[in-house]
Formats: sequence, structure tokens, C-alpha cells
Amino acid sequence: MDTLSGLLLAFISIVIINNLVFTKFLGICPYLGVSGRIDMAFGMGMAVTFVVTLSGTLTYMINNWILMPLGLEVARYVCFILVIAGAVQLVEMYVRKFFPSLYDSFGIFLPLITTNCAILGLCLFLNLWGVDSLILAVVQSFGAGIGFTMAICIMAGIRENLQLADVPECLKGAPITLITAGLLAMAFMGFAGMIR
Amino acid sequence: MTNEVEAKAGVYRDTLLAGLWRENPVFRLLLGMCPTLAVTAAVKPALTMGCCVIFVLVCSNVIISLMRNLLKPHLRILMFTLTIATFVTIADLVLRAFMPDMSEVLGPYVPLIIVNCIIICRAEACASKNGVVVSVIDAVGMGVGFTGTLCVLASIRELLATGKIFEVAVMPDAYVPWAAMGMPVGAFVTLGLMLGLVNLTSKGRA
Repeated sequence: MDTLSGLLLAFISIVIINNLVFTKFLGICPYLGVSGRIDMAFGMGMAVTFVVTLSGTLTYMINNWILMPLGLEVARYVCFILVIAGAVQLVEMYVRKFFPSLYDSFGIFLPLITTNCAILGLCLFLNLWGVDSLILAVVQSFGAGIGFTMAICIMAGIRENLQLADVPECLKGAPITLITAGLLAMAFMGFAGMIR
Repeated sequence: MTNEVEAKAGVYRDTLLAGLWRENPVFRLLLGMCPTLAVTAAVKPALTMGCCVIFVLVCSNVIISLMRNLLKPHLRILMFTLTIATFVTIADLVLRAFMPDMSEVLGPYVPLIIVNCIIICRAEACASKNGVVVSVIDAVGMGVGFTGTLCVLASIRELLATGKIFEVAVMPDAYVPWAAMGMPVGAFVTLGLMLGLVNLTSKGRA
């Protein structure tokens, strides 16, 4: 799997076919919360991409090089969540220093990346899929972030247009967003089986 | 004296009912969406998941409520997460030991309870401000409310996707299973319509 084409396939597969939002239901909370405007959605996607790449790589290394040899799999979840919380703290400091306006518009959602299931979920899935090389783990983590960014940007684009549409009163807000996400998930099902 | 007791009982009842319906975590607060969507393809995993969440919620609320006066503000969230992660590890190990097939079905969604917003939200909003008893009642209310919602959603999806509930056939043989309901599409659309229905019914009273 370490060949270039193998890596490329793994990347495409996690961006499109095994997209975390549409097939694994991960990261739905920020997906519903931040997808109102496209610039914020993109910023959120970038932040998540950075955190997920960093923590996916780190947790892979910790899991395979420290926990497994020492037989400490019991402490896996605690270690993973510590790594993710640290990475999010890093991003938060960086964004506050260099993009203060973006920092203000994110509000509570930035620290909440810690509890974004997409990130912990990916770290666990890497483990479950039996990813066997560090480079593959890095590529898949990065791909997961890109997939999330893509999903949230598509959604933000649709929602910006949805404001002009005549939606029934009781479906406004979260319900219509969920139904739209359902239709998008159906569209993404068309990609299933493209690889393997 | 009796007034005091009655007032206390009233607070407890209010807290319990808030979790069950008025502040139902899924319908009203939109928390914990990921497991709601992921494990509701059938009733049995949904129920197991609900029980795990109740266990973790009650235990972590007790611990957090006990140590609420010792916490520094900036370390608060970290301590919450570590407490929750510990109890989720316990739940995961128990599940793997006694219900291996269920553990297989739920897969990574059990450890994902750690990042379930319901638990951290209750820790922040309730357990870090109230005593142990109120925290436990709040946890039970929220947990049961969550489990109930999961089961309703799962029953609808399982019924439409396979014609069975709890793996018992209820639809006539002529029923054509609606495979899409068991897939991600079904989850998103069913939950969206249910939220719409809840909005519709509660608007008249509000």
C-alpha cells in the first residue's frame, strides 16, 4: 500500500467514498452549527483539517509505538482525548493571535472542536481499519479533514440559497438542514463501490 | 419543614421532567446527534447505546459534582473529559466482555460517547453547579430522554427498513422492505422530519 497510487486511492476513498460526515455520521454538531455562512464554514473546515491531521498522526504513533508494546490498550481513549485537547488548544492560540476576527465569529465552536466526533472518530477508525504504515495514517487523516471541509462547504452553499426559499415554518433551521444532508448523503452513495 | 421537603421534591421532579421532554437532549437542545444518527438502524443497538450513555452520564455527573469546588476554571473542561473517558473505558470493557456481538455492531461509537456533547453539556450546565442528588436526577432524566428518543427513531427506521421491530416481524409478508431507511439517508431524513413534527406540535402550546 505504500506506493503512490495506493496512497492516492486511500486519499480519494476517505474524501469521497467513506466521507466521515455522510457515511459515518461524524462531526454532525459543528456541521449543523457552523454551516450558515460559507466563509465561516471554510475556516472551520481548515481548523478541523489541521487538528485532525495532527492528532491522527500523533495518536497513530502513540498507539503503535507506546501503548501496544507496553500492553496499555486500556488507556487508549484517555491518551487520545488528551492529544486532541492539546492540538485544539494549539489551534485556538494560533487563530486568536493571527485571525482575531475569525476567532470572534467562531465563538464557542472553536474549543468545541475537542468534542468534534470526527476527530476522535478518525483516530479510532485508523485503529479499526488496521492501517499499517505511518504515511498511510497521515494521508488518511488529512483526507478526512478535506472530506469534512468539502461536506461543510457544500452544505453552507446550499444553506445560503435556502434562505431565499420558502420553507414550511416548522421545518426551518435544523430540520431542513438534516433533510438536505440526507439528500446529499444519498448523492454520495453513488460513489460507493468505486474503489474495491 | 414539610414545605421545605415539598419544595425539594418539586425541584427534583422538575429536573427529571426537563430531561424527559421539555429540554429533551435530541429534540430541543440538538445534542448528541452523531450517535443518534449512527446507531438507530435497529432498536437493539439503540437500546444498548442508550444504557451505556445513562451509565456514563450518571457516573460522571456524580464525580464532577463531588469535585466541583476543587476545579480551576481553565482546567475544568479537561477534567470533565478525562472523567468521562475513564467511565467510557469501563463501559466499553464491560460491553466487550458480556455482549461481544453487540460491541461488534456498535464498534467505535461506544468510545465516541466521550465526545458526546450531551455528557459534557450536562457536566458543565448541571453537575458543576449543583449537589450530588440533583446531578444524579438530572443525569437520569437526560439519559432516559436520550434513550427514549433513540428507541423511537430506531423503531421507525427498523420497521420501514426491514418490516421488523426488535427483530420480530410485524409487517405482512407482502411488505417490501425500504432499504434506504437503513442507510445514512434514512437517518438524516427521519430525524429531520421528526424534528419538524416536534416543532409543529409544540408551537401551539408555547
